[in-house]
Amino acid sequence: MELFLGLITGFFFGFLLQKGQVLRFERQVGFMLLKDMTIIKFMATAVVVGMIGIYACHAAGLISLSLKATNVGAIVIGGLIFGVGWAIAGFCPGTSVGALAEGRFHALWAIFGMLVGAAAYAEIYPSLQSNILSWGNYGKITLPQVLGVSPWLVVAAWIIAVVAFFSWAEKKGL
Amino acid sequence: MSLLRKASWSPYLAGALVGILAVLSVVVTTVVLDKGHYLGASTTFVRASGLMEQVVAPQHVAENAYFQSKKVKVDWQMLFVIGIFAGAFVSSRLGGSAKHETVPPIWRERFGDSAMKRGIGSFIGGAILLFGARMAGGCPSGHGMSGNMQLSVSSLLALVFFMVGGIITARLLYGKGGQ
Repeated sequence: MELFLGLITGFFFGFLLQKGQVLRFERQVGFMLLKDMTIIKFMATAVVVGMIGIYACHAAGLISLSLKATNVGAIVIGGLIFGVGWAIAGFCPGTSVGALAEGRFHALWAIFGMLVGAAAYAEIYPSLQSNILSWGNYGKITLPQVLGVSPWLVVAAWIIAVVAFFSWAEKKGL
Repeated sequence: MSLLRKASWSPYLAGALVGILAVLSVVVTTVVLDKGHYLGASTTFVRASGLMEQVVAPQHVAENAYFQSKKVKVDWQMLFVIGIFAGAFVSSRLGGSAKHETVPPIWRERFGDSAMKRGIGSFIGGAILLFGARMAGGCPSGHGMSGNMQLSVSSLLALVFFMVGGIITARLLYGKGGQ
């Protein structure tokens, strides 16, 4: 059942990624060159719709959150490294397999590269635990916790920021 | 059915449906599996590389602390990633938007027509980005979408630095991208 649910959820996700045109190298790199905001429109809409649903279900006691630790050193350095590779490859882990499926054959080399990158990280991980991975670890925290406000206030701030960004992007034709 | 046959949808519509899918996934897996699954992709590459490495060096994989912490096995997320392939395949065939591409235009403008050169770039980029994603604890799916839906501090930080790294590198690599 676990595997079946994974497959079916992935199917819908891949379908929507393809319909939203965000699998393409041109869209990904187009954003990084600040010429095309398609992937941000897609992603930010998903995030805002998702956060309303997640916090509504969480408030109803239906689900629990699954946060990643806030180890600032690793996130900043790892995030920048990710960005370098993302610009060169023009794919991210989720979109690479979908891009291959829609015929963008060069994504296959990126997938092979990702497997090698994953293996390399596993090798180096033990030697990072005492340094980079432990620099500035604030644990699993949320914005409303840190700010001491209702999550709905943060959700409202996200919605305002995202809608303002969308209207700017549409006006600029990006 | 005509909607399914359209080549593309508005990114706002597709994105909103992904938001609903993400919430449904957590609710359904919480009820059915007793463990909520948030969308994510990059850990699958760790598990897949572990499964392959196991064939030649099982002892080495068993002793590695990272493979131990991520559990080398076929799981929900690995099938999720396989599902992405299937969904994109069906969508692109239904919409007639599948396109054989070996060298994308922005790349061609800067580095030329060579599929070999593009393949090497794609490979190196893939290796770097997955290494970085694992160090940061996630990719644009796990951190960028799932984490930010939960208003996680770590995920907002990660998303900002993904973009900073990507924007600077793209500018250096492709210039202003022609026009």
